[in-house]
Amino acid sequence: MAEGANGSAGGPVLEVEGLKKHFPVRKGLLRRTVGYVYAVDDVSFTIGAGETLGLVGESGCGKTTIGRTILRLIEPTSGTLRLAGHDISKLGRSELRPFRQQMQIIFQDPFSSLNPRMRAGEIVAEPLKVHTDLGRAARRERVAQLFDRVGLRAAQMDNFPHQFSGGQRQRIGVARALALNPKLIIGDEPVSALDVSIQAQVINLLMDLQRDLRLSYLFISHNLAVVEHISHRIAVMYLGRIVEHTDKTTLFTKPLHPYTEALLAAVPVPDPAIKRAKKVVQGDVPSPLKPPPGCHFHTRCPYVMDRCRIEVPALREVEPGHTVACHLR
Amino acid sequence: MATLAARTETQKAATAGKGAVLEVEDLQTYFYTRNGLVKAVDGVSFSLQRGETLAIVGESGCGKSVTALSLMRLVADPPGRIVGGSMRLDGVDLVGLDAAAMRLVRGKEISMIFQEPMTSLNPVMTIGRQISEALLLHETNSRKAALARAVEMLNLVGIPEPQQRVKEYPHQLSGGMRQRAMIAMALACNPKVLIADEPTSALDVTIQAQILELIAKLRRELGTAVILITHDLGVVAETAERVIVMYAGRKVEEAGVGELFAHPLHPYTRGLMNSIPRLALMRSEGAKAATRLQEIPGIVPALSNLPPGCTFAPRCAFASDECRRAYPPYEQKRDGHWAACWHSDKVARASDG
Repeated sequence: MAEGANGSAGGPVLEVEGLKKHFPVRKGLLRRTVGYVYAVDDVSFTIGAGETLGLVGESGCGKTTIGRTILRLIEPTSGTLRLAGHDISKLGRSELRPFRQQMQIIFQDPFSSLNPRMRAGEIVAEPLKVHTDLGRAARRERVAQLFDRVGLRAAQMDNFPHQFSGGQRQRIGVARALALNPKLIIGDEPVSALDVSIQAQVINLLMDLQRDLRLSYLFISHNLAVVEHISHRIAVMYLGRIVEHTDKTTLFTKPLHPYTEALLAAVPVPDPAIKRAKKVVQGDVPSPLKPPPGCHFHTRCPYVMDRCRIEVPALREVEPGHTVACHLR
Repeated sequence: MATLAARTETQKAATAGKGAVLEVEDLQTYFYTRNGLVKAVDGVSFSLQRGETLAIVGESGCGKSVTALSLMRLVADPPGRIVGGSMRLDGVDLVGLDAAAMRLVRGKEISMIFQEPMTSLNPVMTIGRQISEALLLHETNSRKAALARAVEMLNLVGIPEPQQRVKEYPHQLSGGMRQRAMIAMALACNPKVLIADEPTSALDVTIQAQILELIAKLRRELGTAVILITHDLGVVAETAERVIVMYAGRKVEEAGVGELFAHPLHPYTRGLMNSIPRLALMRSEGAKAATRLQEIPGIVPALSNLPPGCTFAPRCAFASDECRRAYPPYEQKRDGHWAACWHSDKVARASDG
């Protein structure tokens, strides 16, 4: 397995600092702004070369928005994004172009993220066409290499997406992401739509690629077991904020945030021989439109105190490399 | 109309005697498509005991959902048709019922909850009216009584302020609350059998835990037998008593939940169990995390173009010439443990050793 951030030669690949994305909520005839959804609310983290940061949380916690904001597919409200040391958060379209090559994304649904009218080879060649001056023959050769790299046969280049199975389609998505030799790949639930037996194939592929190409991953998922398997460090999000962030071993053996604890307790264990006391956290995730004041988790937290209802807990480093946002710690 | 408590008592009394409430025998549901004949369910048999939770596990296209839809007689015809077998619910063969007779059974004796509560609820009807609908069809003529029962049901499934909620529309409820409302609707007439098709797959993990707990609680209290259809082995291990594993339209293995996880006898079951990453808390003592997941190579075969012999053979590490020639018989290999595999003894040795 690749070493973490410290093993890299020239600093982190990605630094995110104080990232915020607030979506305005408009109502009425004049589309006046009546409020904001705080989808991402002051989030900071770094990813080193050859490292995987897992981002976990339930629907509406802002994990997908973070991925899209880093790629500047969504404009951040504020905050800094540095890719290999270069601030890319304020670059214009054309200035951003060279940096776009260094970061790519793999989407969740391999059925809707591939153009059904394009041949698989053309889909993978598209980034090469846009960003490089390779000729047709050179592109085809590179695509054949990429097909081989992700476990597809070069003979399949002329097939259309519908002729591939779900797992194979996700491999096409991976090949497309690899085409420009990026430093960073953002995987937005890349295996969630796949069958269990196919999931393992794609996870193994992603880990092999990381080892061989020293890729950095931001791996967004709601599946804790998958995230534990693939990540070096993990950040847990709840309603737009990171509530806990540490290396994966610590997170799963010594979770410090009550929400992390609740998530771990809720995961069904695929072994009837292991019995554990089930503590099911009650209540629903509150609407991100009207997040509760103070600590967002206080409405469901079994250890809630008066202070939690008023004061937002700061994300503090309680042990080296282990940050948590909770008044109890 | 009897109160919930009284009805629950009568149901409990009725279910006190054990025995099968549902017996499915050699069910065959085929689809006649432009690309040829698709045998979605090909000779599946099982029985469901009163008050039991039976899980059907498998990946997309294995026929688990079509089995459920066949039981409800909801397979779209054309292109689908139940071409053979029987499904006896308390002795009555559902395959032979005409549409009108089936309407009296569906929702009353056997009901179903679906994966995506938003698309299976009617967006322009209040929750109260949707629950009342089944009651007005099967139980009572009084709208008032039906609505009162709807409130009672919402209360039972743990929806706060049920008086208020019956007047609301599905979009006003969260995902978890919608799934609770669906369960309330399915159980309103106290069915003997509840089919839950991936009931928690669209939900967040903390909400999933709540819903699974609710289904288990209701099964205990109401004595309803549950068929749980899922691809999530974690959900199976935590909720089911007995498990059926399906692959490419056929049943490949069946056993009690403890037995199945401890001694899988079919290579597909074993492959599924080895291919999922496990959290530290999911591993037995001393077991180390896998650095590499074990893959099941290849893909699920297209049902319209199945390989000869055992359908799993092309992906199976144990496959021999025999497997590629003939489909293995479905036999009892251990006490209460059935599997269709020529090499189940080898699989057992590999799993145990």
